Amino acid sequence: MTATTGLQVTDLHTTFGSKSRAVHAVRGVTLHVGAGETFVLLGESGSGKSVTARSILRLYGDTAHLGGRVTLGDTELTALSPKAMRSVRGRCIGLVPQDPTAALDPLRTIGSQLVEVLQVHGMQRSKLDARGRARELLELVGIPDPPRVFAARPHELSGGMRQRAVIALAVACEPELLIADEPTTALDVTVQALVLELFLDLQRRTGMALLLVTHDVGVAEELGGRIGVMYAGRLVETGATREVLAEPRHPYTRGLLDSLPRPGIPRGELPVIGGRPPMTGEVEAGCAFAPRCPRAVSSCRETAPELADLGAGRAAACPVVNPVPALTSAVSA
Amino acid sequence: MTDLLVASPAAAPPPAADAMATARTGRRVPWTVWIFGGLAALLVLLAIFGPAIAGNVVDGSLRQRLLAPGAHGHLLGTDGQGRDVLRRLIAGARPSMISALLPVLVAGLIGAAIGMGAGLAGRRVHSTIMRTLDVFYAFPAVLLAIAIAAALGSGTTNTVISLSIVLIPPIARIAETETMRVRDYDFMESARASGAGRGSIAIRQVLPNIGPALIVYCTTLVGLALVFAGGLSFLGLGVAPPKPEWGQMINDQRQYMLNDPQVALAPAIVIFAASMVFNVLGDGLRDLLDVRRESR
Amino acid sequence: MTALLEAQDISKTFGNGVRAVSSVSLHVGRGETLGIVGESGWGKSTTAKMLLRLLQPDEGVVLFDGADVHRMRGSALRDLRRRMQIVPQNPQTSLNPRLTLQSSLEFNMRAHGIRAVERGRRIPDLLDRVGLDPSYARRYPHQLSGGQLQRAAIARALATGPDVVVCDEAVSALDKSVQAQVLNLLATLQRDLGIAYVFISHDLAVVEHIADRVAVMYLGRVVEQAPADALWKGARHPYTITLLSSTPGLGRERIVLDGELPSPADPPSGCGFRTRCPIAVAACADEWPLLTVRGADHLAACVHHRPQLAPAVTAVPA
Repeated sequence: MTATTGLQVTDLHTTFGSKSRAVHAVRGVTLHVGAGETFVLLGESGSGKSVTARSILRLYGDTAHLGGRVTLGDTELTALSPKAMRSVRGRCIGLVPQDPTAALDPLRTIGSQLVEVLQVHGMQRSKLDARGRARELLELVGIPDPPRVFAARPHELSGGMRQRAVIALAVACEPELLIADEPTTALDVTVQALVLELFLDLQRRTGMALLLVTHDVGVAEELGGRIGVMYAGRLVETGATREVLAEPRHPYTRGLLDSLPRPGIPRGELPVIGGRPPMTGEVEAGCAFAPRCPRAVSSCRETAPELADLGAGRAAACPVVNPVPALTSAVSA
Repeated sequence: MTDLLVASPAAAPPPAADAMATARTGRRVPWTVWIFGGLAALLVLLAIFGPAIAGNVVDGSLRQRLLAPGAHGHLLGTDGQGRDVLRRLIAGARPSMISALLPVLVAGLIGAAIGMGAGLAGRRVHSTIMRTLDVFYAFPAVLLAIAIAAALGSGTTNTVISLSIVLIPPIARIAETETMRVRDYDFMESARASGAGRGSIAIRQVLPNIGPALIVYCTTLVGLALVFAGGLSFLGLGVAPPKPEWGQMINDQRQYMLNDPQVALAPAIVIFAASMVFNVLGDGLRDLLDVRRESR
Repeated sequence: MTALLEAQDISKTFGNGVRAVSSVSLHVGRGETLGIVGESGWGKSTTAKMLLRLLQPDEGVVLFDGADVHRMRGSALRDLRRRMQIVPQNPQTSLNPRLTLQSSLEFNMRAHGIRAVERGRRIPDLLDRVGLDPSYARRYPHQLSGGQLQRAAIARALATGPDVVVCDEAVSALDKSVQAQVLNLLATLQRDLGIAYVFISHDLAVVEHIADRVAVMYLGRVVEQAPADALWKGARHPYTITLLSSTPGLGRERIVLDGELPSPADPPSGCGFRTRCPIAVAACADEWPLLTVRGADHLAACVHHRPQLAPAVTAVPA
């Protein structure tokens, strides 16, 4: 994988805390998101999906120890000084966090926040140009009444509008990469669809790479692109989103999909993965999923399997690489 | 964008912090709590046994007036009436500590009850209670204490009463704030749905949550109360001479300040030091009881 | 089946003028599950609070076993509290952080005069029933995972042997793999103990799975109410149809609604859904349509008898 465009993450490790109490949250993640591509990081809480996204942005500063390499285009982000990294954030990488209210200054208008971003990163010299561009951006993210929103403060907007304003901020400097961390989780179901569509639309127009973090299979399905399923700090399965969700190869992906309620399953008989997901950094020897895995063999408890190529752009970190059959009670569907 | 990105990590602490908090089973007692807790215990012991240890501290010998520290076995010298300063300080611990600890205890119980009551009550009762407390806030605490003590007359009991009244509003305010913090939590809803009475909810559900913050705050208040009690005695509103009390000792020996400063400085330093002990202990307890972690 | 718990035309307007709930009528039979689905901030939790007698409705009555819960006093009220319990939403705050599980469970039992010996005997059984090791009784909430916390909250609700348990978004904050475990647990408990649930969620797939009947709320009103399978097969309100289309894994074409969610503080005139409804007509601006019968136990509030919605035209590229 020698790519000069887009985001390349190679063997990323993120560790929090001191040596004696280290919490190893991300344990060797390798992924590539080309320009104009979408990559969905799917995982449950504690899987390390958000930590991966934030580590790419180096948002943890001194609180985390990072290992591995992250490059964006020709720039090696992991080698940049903190100061240089600051200008990369926002300029080359946009971030859309989960909670739009925390990302906006509650006291200032959306317009002035957009203008500031444009001027700080040198996109627009004059205030007048910046204002014009800010209005265009609001229009770009599908805000129906840009002048009103331009002059509005965050609390005057609905959740969906706020999230759009945050997206406008994130894409203001035409970043090469947009990282969205659970961008629709705080939104109502019927509004989620609109925001996801907006991401795809923006991507088509600007050709940026999109890395979207979610726990929601529905969101992943909607977005398409490629997917990486994370469990206990590792990628356990990658491939084209629709293919992975239609025919998962890793027992965890299978179990996760089976546990979603859907019509035809009698009440109380949802197929479940036993046990619970490990907490951040809580990992024993061998495959982290082995204690919950219905197909685990003795070797699973000794060595953690690496992602193995299955052809057709698919990979899974499981010695059982054949398609995993659905759990028994799901067959009745 | 800089705003956005710089703000983000603060909004989302590393998940590791959570994991570690969960993994933690016991809390380490900070060294400040060991040391200053020990000192505070020593002060309490002094209050209990001080008068017995000190013996007769009322009668002095005029021939031994104003001896320098160390002279004739008087470790801190003697005062203007020829009485041993150290022994008077030891004997004075009881009234001084009583007039600091007791008001905090009384005000703590009453203030906690008022604060929880206000926090759990409906809007109208809540604002009535809080606005009434605000009236007390309108006066500087020291002035209020002096005014009440002056109206009641001098004596330890009246010092305790006046300080208790002064300390109730701030404690009630803390109790109210803490109660408001927890009252909309889900567990309060299920407590209300459980059928338990209000009193039971207050004591068994709310108190365990606000208790640590109250204990921390009250501990620091002991330090403040020591200074206040000393102030009242200094003004002659506390213990009547010749019985020793720290604040009153300063007042008593004021006239010798110019030539023999140690006679008035010694009780002043003791008040200051005792007050600091409780302040630092309060800070240490804050860490131990993890008051801030609960407020997230 | 006679209703065990029934709400008749209950409404609630808050002090700030927000009409959170308007003329909501619901009923749950013994051992039955009523699902309430709708987006956040639209009166689902307010409705739950009124059912639980934690909030007084402005209009309408709530009946439990035929008696008006908001007029209950003394022993009748205590009995209601024992028979109606809640499992709250947020695992992190649904249990008192300063109490061990034992103390939390004991609190509920003590409120109904259950003696210490009896309490101590019941706690291991309760924990075992919800799939927690009895040794967890001595643990504090921060020593438990989210799924374990919700199991403990369920155990607390069961402590006094209730007939109705209101689950207010009780599984929404859980990871999907854990959520499935808790849903199965709730179903098992219902089968074994004959408990009725009022199950509130924004997730239609979850509600459909667990509920016998579903009420769909929009802007403080019930817009459709039907047996779960009838709703699944033939929803009759455009909002329900849209919600169904955005549920993953059904292979339905997603219908994307335009427009923003209206604020409950400033609702549109007439039908609250008309501002986003693709098939709204002029009459929709006049008044909310009444709930009318569309089938066996099936009610919907729409001027169209059989609304048809076209899926989103803009195809999402793979």
